[in-house]
Amino acid sequence: MPDLIQIAIILVKIVALTFLVVLPLVPISVYFERRFSAVIQDRVGPNRVGIPLSLFGFKKDFHFFGLIQPMADGLKLFLKEDFTPAHVRKTFYWLAPVLTVAPALITVCVIPFGSPITIFGHTEKLVIADLDIGPLFVFAVSSLTVYGITLAGWSSNSKFPFIGGVRSTAQMISYEIALGLSIIPVLMFFGELNLGKIVQYQADNGWLLLPLWKNGHFSLPDPQTALFWIPAAISFVIFTISIFAETNRMPFDLPECETELVGGYHTEYSSMKFALFFMGEYAAMVIGSALIVTLFLGGWSVGFTADKWIQGLHIGGFHFGGLIHLTAFVGKLVVFILFFILVRWTVPRFRYDQLMKLGWVIFFEAALINVFLAALILAAPHLTIAILGIGTVLLVVVTAAVIWVAKVSEESPKILRA
Amino acid sequence: MAVIKLQRPKLNFGEKIYFGALIKGFFLTMTHAVKSLRGKSAGADSLASSGLGVTMQFPEQRWDEHLPEYYRGAPTLVTDEQGRERCVSCQLCEFICPPKAIKITPGEIPSDDPWAKVEKRPKEFDIDMIRCIYCGMCEEVCPEQAIFLRKDYLITGLKRADMVHDKDKLYQIGGVRTGLVNKWNELK
Ligand code: SF4
Ligand code: SF4
Repeated sequence: MPDLIQIAIILVKIVALTFLVVLPLVPISVYFERRFSAVIQDRVGPNRVGIPLSLFGFKKDFHFFGLIQPMADGLKLFLKEDFTPAHVRKTFYWLAPVLTVAPALITVCVIPFGSPITIFGHTEKLVIADLDIGPLFVFAVSSLTVYGITLAGWSSNSKFPFIGGVRSTAQMISYEIALGLSIIPVLMFFGELNLGKIVQYQADNGWLLLPLWKNGHFSLPDPQTALFWIPAAISFVIFTISIFAETNRMPFDLPECETELVGGYHTEYSSMKFALFFMGEYAAMVIGSALIVTLFLGGWSVGFTADKWIQGLHIGGFHFGGLIHLTAFVGKLVVFILFFILVRWTVPRFRYDQLMKLGWVIFFEAALINVFLAALILAAPHLTIAILGIGTVLLVVVTAAVIWVAKVSEESPKILRA
Repeated sequence: MAVIKLQRPKLNFGEKIYFGALIKGFFLTMTHAVKSLRGKSAGADSLASSGLGVTMQFPEQRWDEHLPEYYRGAPTLVTDEQGRERCVSCQLCEFICPPKAIKITPGEIPSDDPWAKVEKRPKEFDIDMIRCIYCGMCEEVCPEQAIFLRKDYLITGLKRADMVHDKDKLYQIGGVRTGLVNKWNELK
């Protein structure tokens, strides 16, 4: 019997967190994408779709600032003809859209959405699967999306999608490395791979990028934490940019760049299959931002020493602080999604060689050096001055060498014959 | 042909790092966003914006009073000051119309009509507004100054048939124009 209750609770959590929190964020981010881009470009954007009350004889329509637009778009995509070209490889062609969406949604399960809530003396964590390998799980599963895109490109059996698929593979592989390496300092700092505990630590001791309180009291960070801010910031920059590349967002959306590849890997797709790709991209964006928020910006914690108090709030036996934290988390998520969108409409698309160079020559090395820097800072209290000095010198030498190599590799090759 | 070798500009360190340009870009886009939210975008006034960006929100706000003198809207037929149909169904407009939007069935004016001396007028005159490209050729070619492009631009219909303007509709939009052609007047 208790097993059944456990399963029921997990099911409720899956439905509530995936279908009521993450999936609605997809249309919302589509809406924000359109409205925000419009505002940036001095336009209005979709602001009409709503309840057409005037059809039923009322004076005014209800249009909620056009918030229903994404649903209308979805409906349109549903009603469109689902066309399968004759020349595609059917099985993989059908499999590909699923393979892009499913991993993105599976990764939801390790994201902690809020602090635990207590009902009738029963404490429940607001995370579907409280895994002890959170970030690793996310990387393992989310890197599967590349199969969806590659299969889509290949099975479409036409040139542009194929190029898109190949590009996406190369891009994912290059950035996966920087992505993985860049969070190693973070994990070393927390000494923990459980995302829930990482967030709890940040709630108590200050966010990774904002270490302004300790054990629930405002205080300046100790020298070690303060110094660690540098590798943390470098990690943050590399991780964020790699997430952009992973999710195929604008400065790196070469797999689907319209100007060169028509539509990229989804050129041959129509109707709901196309919508699934679209959804997969936005879901990946939501998950990516969720991961960044969780690791660097305190996850669900409201911060500024208010978390203990919020966790203690209760009506009778119902501790509802977790719900406030859930709201805070979603708020942070939306802000970060807005940042994603701002970047998309600000930064022009990179050239393919620039993209590869950025991944392999700059971020890979930077992330690697960053790991050593972080290690040095974390180990400093246990080391003698001499070893510390040697370590620092070594680090500086290695950095200089890497910069030199990057510089040399940039020089154009000498022309042998005129 | 002379070969011009383009020299790529040498980038300095700051430009190579690229972050400065990114930050500048964010400032640029955010200034646009804030300005357009406050309705202060460049050109918002002269474009009669709705208060968000420079866009005028169409069905509620119209550009009508700003339409220039030479605006080319729907082609229409006009009557003269004595209520005579000016068109003599010479069919020149039908022949010149590039997309073949005009279809004219010429008719005779009966001898007991006060305007019998004009001899011809259109029995039917259809302009298919789906085909019309608002080029104004018909207006230019008409020897009788009978067809004019008016400022009507909201031409809608639920079926193709709705989009064909027949003679009544054309005269209704066109109205009366005075002057210019006086050769059919009583006095002459
Ligand atoms: S509108 Fe003018 S050009 Fe056309 S048939 Fe009539 S008189 Fe001729
Ligand atoms: S405006 Fe041009 S296209 Fe339209 S009816 Fe006249 S000649 Fe034909």
